[in-house]
Amino acid sequence: MKTKTRPQAKKKTEKTAFKVEKIRKDFPILKEKVHGKPLVYLDNAATTQKPLAVIETLDRYYREYNANIHRGLHLLSEKATAAYEASRVTAQKFLNAADYREIIFTRGATEGINLVAQTWGRQNVKAGDEILITTMEHHSNIVPWQMLCEEKGAILKVVPINDAGELVLEEFYRLLSPKTKLVAITHVSNALGTVNPIAEIVKAAHDKGAKVLVDGAQAIPHLSLDVRALDCDFYVFSGHKIYGPTGIGVLYGKYNLLDSMPPYQGGGDMIASVTFEKTLYKKPPYKFEAGTPHIAGVIGLGAALDYVSKIGLSTIAAHEHDLLIYGTQKLLEVPGLQIIGNARFKAGVLSFTLGEIHPHDIGTIMDRQGVAVRAGHHCAQPVMDRFQVPATARASFGLYNTRKEIDFLVKAIHKVKEVLG
Amino acid sequence: MSDFSDLYQDLIIDHQKNPRNFGEMVGANHHADGFNPLCGDKIAVDLKVNGEGVIEDVKFKGSGCAISKASASMMTMALKGKKTGEAEKMFHEFHDMVMGKVEKPAADLGKLKVFAGVKEYPARVKCASLAWHTFEAALHDEKEVISTDDGVDP
Repeated sequence: MKTKTRPQAKKKTEKTAFKVEKIRKDFPILKEKVHGKPLVYLDNAATTQKPLAVIETLDRYYREYNANIHRGLHLLSEKATAAYEASRVTAQKFLNAADYREIIFTRGATEGINLVAQTWGRQNVKAGDEILITTMEHHSNIVPWQMLCEEKGAILKVVPINDAGELVLEEFYRLLSPKTKLVAITHVSNALGTVNPIAEIVKAAHDKGAKVLVDGAQAIPHLSLDVRALDCDFYVFSGHKIYGPTGIGVLYGKYNLLDSMPPYQGGGDMIASVTFEKTLYKKPPYKFEAGTPHIAGVIGLGAALDYVSKIGLSTIAAHEHDLLIYGTQKLLEVPGLQIIGNARFKAGVLSFTLGEIHPHDIGTIMDRQGVAVRAGHHCAQPVMDRFQVPATARASFGLYNTRKEIDFLVKAIHKVKEVLG
Repeated sequence: MSDFSDLYQDLIIDHQKNPRNFGEMVGANHHADGFNPLCGDKIAVDLKVNGEGVIEDVKFKGSGCAISKASASMMTMALKGKKTGEAEKMFHEFHDMVMGKVEKPAADLGKLKVFAGVKEYPARVKCASLAWHTFEAALHDEKEVISTDDGVDP
């Protein structure tokens, strides 16, 4: 069976191998010039550019059927509601969630994490309980748990990482105990690119009775996702990291958990009935979507997920992996350059330092050559402390990047050395 | 050099590579710590001000980018021997220059005018002004770490 399907699969990949130049035409911004130079956009871990499919979807919504949802009896409201709810089903399928009611729209991954901390967390975490996070978390998966622990008298424990930027699994197993109420962990590190073994972590956590929240902000544009296979309890991501609009994201939660949680914010659209004596809440997901939501954002996110699905995440992952391998090799040829984060399983992120040259100076000089990279602590100060650097420069890849752009990056790095080396 | 030569001028690179008045000061009577949370730059400034209100000595230490380091180094040279009133006037002139609030930098900024190009790099204004904000805080004996993200640079 295996031998039969393998050659077929290969043939299919060849057939669908995407043409990056064709993809680039979908993104109007890539034709822009910065400081008179062609834009080389390598800051995709911060935010991704938007394809025409998304831009036109937003435009069409505002031009043709802008209306509030879930309330109007008129045609435009019906259209807007249908498009909004269709996006929920798109997101459900994208994550392979069991039920559309497990998809809650948020402002982004950060709000998703805060929602879980403030509802499930406040309901379930008590004094002396433990929450387990890791050294490689983004601040958004640290601070909400610190706030909760402070309020409840719970304890925040941190799983360390090794010199390659990988989770030290033995330490995870050592720190995991019946006291652990929640494991909150990133799927892919934004600063290092490390891909964490989520399925294994979820299984171990569940064996101890702990729930697991996965921060998927960085994983979402790079990895094929199946929340049922991962068996995580919560999964959050932001739309703008997957070629969708800013200000919109998704919280996935297992239905029985969502149903048991108190509401996050009170307001319109989340209630079944209101009297001054007692208010009854709607069922999930609406219980968690108070007020008029970011309707355009939700519809735009649906368009982005459709766009990515059409190309195929495995195709995108293969392309980005090629860029990662090529970029790693080219960067390591630069004398004095050190790559921070050398995990065996890595997404398309290259964080680096250049001897004594400060990453902010790297960022500025690169920018003037048209190369957009991130320079700083990447909202992951504990990672910087772990590697004893104040900051790094970071190139991160998306589906529209090319090997030629990596050559530009390397050229720009040489220029930095020429100016400041 | 190409089009970032307005920022990375030779004088700036010289001060970045060989910072003057860098290190601890014995007998300082004013001190402040500065921090730029955007990039993690840290600068500490020590001052020795005598009874006549003259800045006898200035030293700085810390870590940061080329701009923040060079700015701190050149600031220490400019401040030495100045009366505190003159020094504060200079702080405001420097600030106005890097913020692009004035057409031409004030004449008495002297060599510090090399930082006039910073106004073309909005993301880097705070790098150039961190040392000066820290100096100002030291002069007024502010105990809290001065942060460039707390509205000191609108």
